[in-house]
Amino acid sequence: MSEAAKEKAVAFRGGGFAPRPRRWVGFAVFLGLILVAEWGTRAGWISALTLPKPSDVLATFRELYQSGLLFKHLGPSLSRLVVGAAIGASIGISVGILIGLSSYIRSGLVPLVAALFPIPKIALLPLFVIWFGIGEGSKYALIAFGTFTPTVVATYGAVDNVDRTLIRMGQSFGLTWFSIVRKIVLPGAMPGILSGLRISLAIAIILLVAAEMLGAEYGIGAYILQAGSLYDLERLFAGVVILSLLGVLVSALIGVIERRLLDWRT
Amino acid sequence: MDIRLDNISHSYDDFDVMRDISLDIPSGQIVCIVGPSGCGKSTLLRFIGGLERPASGRVLQLGAPPAGCLNPLTYIFQDFALLPWRSVAGNVSLVLEDHGIKGADTRRIIDDVLARTKLTDFAKALPKQLSGGMKQRVAIARALAVNPAVMLMDEPLSALDSQTRELLMDDLVDLWTRQPFTAVYVTHNLAEAVRLGHRVVVLSRRPGQIREVVEIDKPLAQREFGDADLDAYQKHLWHLMRDEARAADAELINV
Repeated sequence: MSEAAKEKAVAFRGGGFAPRPRRWVGFAVFLGLILVAEWGTRAGWISALTLPKPSDVLATFRELYQSGLLFKHLGPSLSRLVVGAAIGASIGISVGILIGLSSYIRSGLVPLVAALFPIPKIALLPLFVIWFGIGEGSKYALIAFGTFTPTVVATYGAVDNVDRTLIRMGQSFGLTWFSIVRKIVLPGAMPGILSGLRISLAIAIILLVAAEMLGAEYGIGAYILQAGSLYDLERLFAGVVILSLLGVLVSALIGVIERRLLDWRT
Repeated sequence: MDIRLDNISHSYDDFDVMRDISLDIPSGQIVCIVGPSGCGKSTLLRFIGGLERPASGRVLQLGAPPAGCLNPLTYIFQDFALLPWRSVAGNVSLVLEDHGIKGADTRRIIDDVLARTKLTDFAKALPKQLSGGMKQRVAIARALAVNPAVMLMDEPLSALDSQTRELLMDDLVDLWTRQPFTAVYVTHNLAEAVRLGHRVVVLSRRPGQIREVVEIDKPLAQREFGDADLDAYQKHLWHLMRDEARAADAELINV
């Protein structure tokens, strides 16, 4: 056997298992799906009743924008979303921190939250109308209630995961309870709270449509429901696309906040 | 301010971890506590600083803490316990904020302690950018900022590699030489104990009791790496501990 034959490079078998962001891939997936749908509807192997033509949806969308109706629908929806989600998330974070820190509040509220979580909030819509009226109040309440429960669960889980040695450190330097909560617990729980907010805010967008089922003249939800009842698939899809974009936007916004607030993470 | 431990005993459930520990910690001295693992030396330190309560016995402060002392009993932790979201200066300022120190005073104290721990150039760095030795320097700076009467050091160098450990020991000796401080220093590393301790307290295996208190007279500044005198002390300590350490190693952990 020759000297060279005995020599063999060690085969590489490490690497992998570490996904890295590839910006354009997500965009390509969207584009690919849309192109397939366009091709199918044009070629006829997707019937017009199954799926509207993406180009028609785009045209409807342009019409909506040009007529000024887009912002007439988007404005009320966004304000409902912002107000409702802000109320739900802020109460949720506060309650979640209290559950995370106090034995009594934890024992008292965790079963209650578990009982509230699986209730379809849409089912409570009539109740909210009685409590808060047919106007904006019931819409805020529905969205707030829907964001509240997942935020609470995410927050107290995040508080449980805050490094206890940091809390001991705070105590050992004589920090007040409030200081420890504000300067150690809250920032320490922030990664968990923000990833919980991703879920809560997606739920808020889902509930936006439900909230606009009752007595809303304008709003993305009202627009979709109206188009749905007329089987106007182009308008239905235009509305759905707006909700999807809203979701992507919210997710990107949280991504920005994460990069700003959590750059200390290794 | 001196610290006196008066007949401290402790047990978890019906399991004795510490029995009748009485000890005086005179001001201006570094008292090292060594012992086999599980002898309760870290627990003892938590008793001294009031983070845990012993089942019986008392920890007493004798005399008043010096003027300008913000937090008489101040810890330095093994894992540094720095807030990862605050810069070096921010971590120091954390412990000043609750004492009503503001603005120029804060900056003066921070600049002073960072200079003493050679961290001035790193004031804006985040903990994730620092090596282990640097992180522990930040923790030492933070402890100095509150002007403690007694420093409670819980294996402060155990998470560091051996070269960094030597460097930090030199730094601690320098700090003490310039301005003597009182410290209780818990460690399992006998080389650290003989290098830094004016007195070395040897604890026995569970239930922890004081086996011997070794006084080391040689001034801290004259002790050096590989010092023959210190080696003799270290051998003596190891001789005291070896059998117990072996027994402790073979013990089942049931905590």
